[in-house]
Amino acid sequence: MTKIQEVIELEDVVVKFVGDSGDGMQLTGTIFSDVAALAGNDLATFPDFPAEIRAPHNTIAGVSGFQMHMGSRKIYTPGDMCDVIVAMNPASLKANLKWAKPGATLLIDSSTFDEKAIGKAGYTESPLEDGSLAEYRVIQAPVTDLTKESLEDLGVDKRLAERTKNMFVLGMMFYLFDREISSPLDFIKKKFRDKPKVVKANQHAMQAGYKYAEQFVDIKLHVAPAPLKKGLYRNITGNVATAWGLLAAAERSGRPFFLGSYPITPATEILMELSAQKSLGAKVFQAEDEIAGICSAIGASFAGSMGVTTTSGPGLSLKSEALGLAVITELPLVIVNVQRAGPSTGMPTKSEQSDLMQALFGRNGESPLMVMAASSPANCFDYAYLAGKYAMEHMTPVILLTDGYLGFGSELFKIPDVNDLPSIKPPMADPNDPNFKPYRRDEKTLVRKWAAPGVEGLRHRVGGLEKTNIDGNVSTDPLNHQLMVNIREEKISRIADYIPLQEVTGDKEGELLVVGWGGTEGALASTVNRMQGEGYKISHAQFNYIKPLPKNTREVLSSYKKVIVCELNGGQFVNYLRMQFPDIPLHQYNKVQGLPFHIQELTETFIKLLEE
Amino acid sequence: MIQYNKVEKSPVELTKKDFVSDQMVKWCPGCGAHAILAAVGNVFPKIGYRKENFAMVSGIGCSSRFPYYVDTFGFHGIHGRAAAIASGLKIANPGLSVWVATGDGDSMAIGGNHFIHVLRRNVDINILLFNNQIYGLTKGQFSPTTPLGMKTKTSPHGTIEHPFTVSGLVLGAQGTFFARVPDNNVKLMTEVLYEAAKHNGTAVVEILQNCIIFADKVHEMVTNKETREDRQLFLKHGEPMIFGKNRDKGIILNGTQLEVVEIGKNGINEDDLLVHDMYARNPSIHRMTGWMKAPDFPVAMGVIRAAPAETFDELTEQQIEEAQKDSKIRNMNDLLRSGNTWEIS
Repeated sequence: MTKIQEVIELEDVVVKFVGDSGDGMQLTGTIFSDVAALAGNDLATFPDFPAEIRAPHNTIAGVSGFQMHMGSRKIYTPGDMCDVIVAMNPASLKANLKWAKPGATLLIDSSTFDEKAIGKAGYTESPLEDGSLAEYRVIQAPVTDLTKESLEDLGVDKRLAERTKNMFVLGMMFYLFDREISSPLDFIKKKFRDKPKVVKANQHAMQAGYKYAEQFVDIKLHVAPAPLKKGLYRNITGNVATAWGLLAAAERSGRPFFLGSYPITPATEILMELSAQKSLGAKVFQAEDEIAGICSAIGASFAGSMGVTTTSGPGLSLKSEALGLAVITELPLVIVNVQRAGPSTGMPTKSEQSDLMQALFGRNGESPLMVMAASSPANCFDYAYLAGKYAMEHMTPVILLTDGYLGFGSELFKIPDVNDLPSIKPPMADPNDPNFKPYRRDEKTLVRKWAAPGVEGLRHRVGGLEKTNIDGNVSTDPLNHQLMVNIREEKISRIADYIPLQEVTGDKEGELLVVGWGGTEGALASTVNRMQGEGYKISHAQFNYIKPLPKNTREVLSSYKKVIVCELNGGQFVNYLRMQFPDIPLHQYNKVQGLPFHIQELTETFIKLLEE
Repeated sequence: MIQYNKVEKSPVELTKKDFVSDQMVKWCPGCGAHAILAAVGNVFPKIGYRKENFAMVSGIGCSSRFPYYVDTFGFHGIHGRAAAIASGLKIANPGLSVWVATGDGDSMAIGGNHFIHVLRRNVDINILLFNNQIYGLTKGQFSPTTPLGMKTKTSPHGTIEHPFTVSGLVLGAQGTFFARVPDNNVKLMTEVLYEAAKHNGTAVVEILQNCIIFADKVHEMVTNKETREDRQLFLKHGEPMIFGKNRDKGIILNGTQLEVVEIGKNGINEDDLLVHDMYARNPSIHRMTGWMKAPDFPVAMGVIRAAPAETFDELTEQQIEEAQKDSKIRNMNDLLRSGNTWEIS
């Protein structure tokens, strides 16, 4: 056995598994992440898969990846540049080397570097032999061959043997990161419980990889546990967290749950997850199109259910007219928009924040509704829950903006007790209430009652035509229309009395405030955090409530010498803020590449602004 | 097949008056829609549900003002989307009797997608399809059912579009219930609406409606009271297809085609005629019967198809019941704690 020459202690480390679409990189990354979580690391993950289901073998287009960031400190994002890249073929190495930090560790399956595969990847010479990897720490092993060899005695067929090479690599990685392998071995047993042959092959390959690394790998990387709060944890993606937050809101409100939705990347996982929760009584309707998705949800909402529709940008465009219907009928409705790069079909698997203006204003007429945004995979649960709460308690459609980066990304989630979440009290009309009128309102909130068909004595009619206030009769009276337009706007404004004030991390006044909203929280928080550590006078405010804005927004924005609003779009939130606070000068930093912010670019921008 | 009838019965007998709303009816005098309102007023009390359990949903168009004129829960939606709204309403609360009022443009042009899919799913709702072969509310443009060549405001040289035959579209989309009635036969309409209400699944009732302003008398050849006995075939389940003032004409199946015959001539007697089976699952004869057009054939009226099939809403309930029987996950706290979790202490 080789003696360990070096143990490197790391505060945080970014690992990326990359290979061909069929190489099982998502499963490999997931198991590796679960083991890190069990070992007490904080972590965030992000899958990086091609838009094609199975692009041609060994091509750049077919590269699939899974990135994870783990640490002994708070982890905000799946990371920018990688400390370790595990590459299963030449194409995946070629496509991902640009994400390797200087001196990064590369674990490479050298069995796949034959002439044909090297050529398909676009190399003229093997990078393993031409010296181009000299600045990296390369651990190369003929993984595919070794896996086949290790399974020879098991009588495993060639195809299965080849498919378990990812477990061999995982075994090597567990050795490299000083992890024990009993829990992943158990995990394999559960995952493939109906296929004992597959369990045996996978377990065997993982153990063989671990043993191989013991012999041939002469470093170990160590990441200590993070100081996490006590409690029960799980790993959760933003899309699953969104689905669960919605269900929790329905449960707490006592209203039945209804989803009307149409599959669309990157929102489909929410529809899939909710379809699986029939035992909770969730009614899920996969509609014929986006329009039927929202219209069925409005119908269900009229029926007294918590109506929800989930989509991404192009789908939100199709739903616009029906959104107006929900606004004018003043029915609760949650619309989740998992944003992606646009316009039109754009880049469906790439993330962006470019639907903010659409969410705020993308309807005919004066058509105000509430807009919120989640800012981490795990808090998708909280904001989905709150979207349900505000929709029902304030009888309004609520658009919840997440994005592909949050939806597909995962992080640790401290599991709450549903009974500890804020209560939800929908304004249900009482049966036979003699005072019931469709648009009679609560004086304080301007909220009307929710009167579901089937309840005695509440027969009424609502619809897309303008109605008189209180009585709800069809009306084209000019002053009534003005009144209703004003009321609808004011009703949304008054929600500001029920949302928390905007928080700021760092000094409450000073040199520079970094403003973001939604899914950029991780990148902005870690940048600001790092710069604060280096002594910069810099603070950070991440907005989750967009319309209405928190009541102290003016105060927050005007407490700093400079304010910079950072967004993954052309400048939508900054212009929305300028509309409301034209007197406050705002700088902006925008990026529209389908990629998240990187810490380096943000740091450079902030330093430059501070020095100006 | 499970019998699904959760709709609560009314404890008191209701009358037509119970369903009259306080809103002024604003359709043109002489519009066929008035007759539809009368027939609905006749049939709702007969169905016997509590008033609160009726819900009317509509889209946009003259037909879609209907919910305002009936004293039930009502939802006036947006153009073409009534079927989708009604689907959500019914699935969310299967205890409601849900009725959609729609027109030829609303359901077959802008709402065509929702129309075919609600039929395919067989959601248990009733659709009153006011077919006046014209866009009335926007003042006279051609619709998907306007006859080929007809001059309208947007087809000054005559339309160059082949119109839908409503029965063909409904049965093509695997509809389980289709009926047709003229707007000037309230008695038949009342009977047919009652059958629609009884049917488990999506029931489409096509009403040949006269638009007195923009397409007056488009159905005249068929619906004229003087000649209707010869132009209409009143279908009754289990009875031979006989029509004519003197009840001397009938329909036979000759090879693969329907044919009009005279009873008593060429050796044809009643036993040779097609016998109407509205419950047949195979829609072939229903398609042919629904397709018959004047002047060569009488137009079939009454219930053409009422085939039994499971409904989307009852299957939804069934799946939930089964899942609840088997699953250990009974509430959100169970779900949050399911799968891979760990304690940090």
